[in-house]
Amino acid sequence: MGSISPSPCSDLCNFVRERTGQNVLDCYQCGKCSAGCPAGYVMDLGPRQVMRAIQLGLKEELLASKTIWLCVSCQTCSARCPANIDIARVMESLRWLAAVEKTTPAEKEIEVFHRAFLGVVKRFGRAQELLLAAWYNLLSKNPLANISLLPGMLTRGKISFLPARVKGGVEVKRIFDKVKAIERG
Amino acid sequence: MTSQTYAYYPGCTLRSSAKEYDISARLVCQKLGIELRELEDWACCGASSAHTTSELLSIALPARELQAAEQVGLPLAVACAMCFSRLKHAAHDLADEAKLAQVSGILGKELRNSTQVVHLLQVIEGCINTVPLTRRLSGLKVACYYGCLLVRPREVMNFDDEENPQMMDRLIETLGAEAIDWDLKVACCGASLPLTRRDIVLKLSHRLLSQARQLGADCVAVACPMCHSNLDAYQKEMETEYGERLELPILYFTQLVGLALGFSPKQLHMDRHFTDPMPMLRDKGLA
Repeated sequence: MGSISPSPCSDLCNFVRERTGQNVLDCYQCGKCSAGCPAGYVMDLGPRQVMRAIQLGLKEELLASKTIWLCVSCQTCSARCPANIDIARVMESLRWLAAVEKTTPAEKEIEVFHRAFLGVVKRFGRAQELLLAAWYNLLSKNPLANISLLPGMLTRGKISFLPARVKGGVEVKRIFDKVKAIERG
Repeated sequence: MTSQTYAYYPGCTLRSSAKEYDISARLVCQKLGIELRELEDWACCGASSAHTTSELLSIALPARELQAAEQVGLPLAVACAMCFSRLKHAAHDLADEAKLAQVSGILGKELRNSTQVVHLLQVIEGCINTVPLTRRLSGLKVACYYGCLLVRPREVMNFDDEENPQMMDRLIETLGAEAIDWDLKVACCGASLPLTRRDIVLKLSHRLLSQARQLGADCVAVACPMCHSNLDAYQKEMETEYGERLELPILYFTQLVGLALGFSPKQLHMDRHFTDPMPMLRDKGLA
């Protein structure tokens, strides 16, 4: 039987440490993160497995996993980790990496939703539910998705029709542009 | 009555689906002598989407609001738990000087990271004893639901115990109601997934409401518009999916404080919820 001898730290370990300050080598696989994860039941890799995969440098497997998109950042794992690793933050850094590497997300709709959300904020300065839902439907090519709640939202005055365009909207757009420029190096 | 002044950041949802949170918060604060000065021309904090996509964006967007509050020279009171979380995370990350310099550069403004960020729950709980109650909420059993974002992670949020927070429970008991003891006060409701993975939201939110109901809660109190929307707007779908009658009103904690301070359910916009709280309130002699 072959054996795996972990290198002191994989490239992926280093990336995670650099971007989040978290040392995943501190993980000794106790599994408390997976035990308490509310979305664990739909994940292909549990949080404990994600930590091990990072230690082993299994980048492709991680970026192709559903897990990095299904993590809802509830941070229960981070709060309970006996090795004090902010696991939710580590999970986040894998999504940043997936964005940089342009990996096809295993949970496409979730990635599209976040893109739609930021698209609305970039253009209007604030999020607005109706615009967000419309934008999301457009990007996900499903124009009639999520309309069942619309009548109830309307009668309860829960929808504003005017996008709340912020006067400093130019400023918000500039923040997006500058961040993008820095990230592209 | 106290006399305190805060810069106020309502957040995007308080302008649309959670207007009743904004309205009830303002009424309650006014009555308590808390002045809320809304930040001029505030923008979105980036919510869950910015920190999912880009670390730098997730700091830079809230930093714009921290900088605006710095200019006003007031502590920043936040209503939405998501915004509160993002603003606190940004302030935490900006303690790093290199990050602070980088983000100041992005904003094109001097940023000192000196703004103190507080949640309205802290502000209101801190001074509820300074005015007499008009009506005690006797006989009302409330499941206080904190969710994830107020309490975790403790090093950043510095808010209350991560597993068994008490702040909202104390507030609710001060109003004369009973805060029930339950397991799921910091469990996740499914967060930002209702448009994309509704199945997860239904499962997690149903688990919460089912336990609250079994333990005899008359309603659930929340401090987060995202939790509110998940627990309230999708409750009918949960009932169909899991074949269980829930009919559990989900109220913002500010609406319950407002009731005790003498405002009517109408003034507190309690008619805006999907699960109508009026039958329960009438039953308890509170409406």
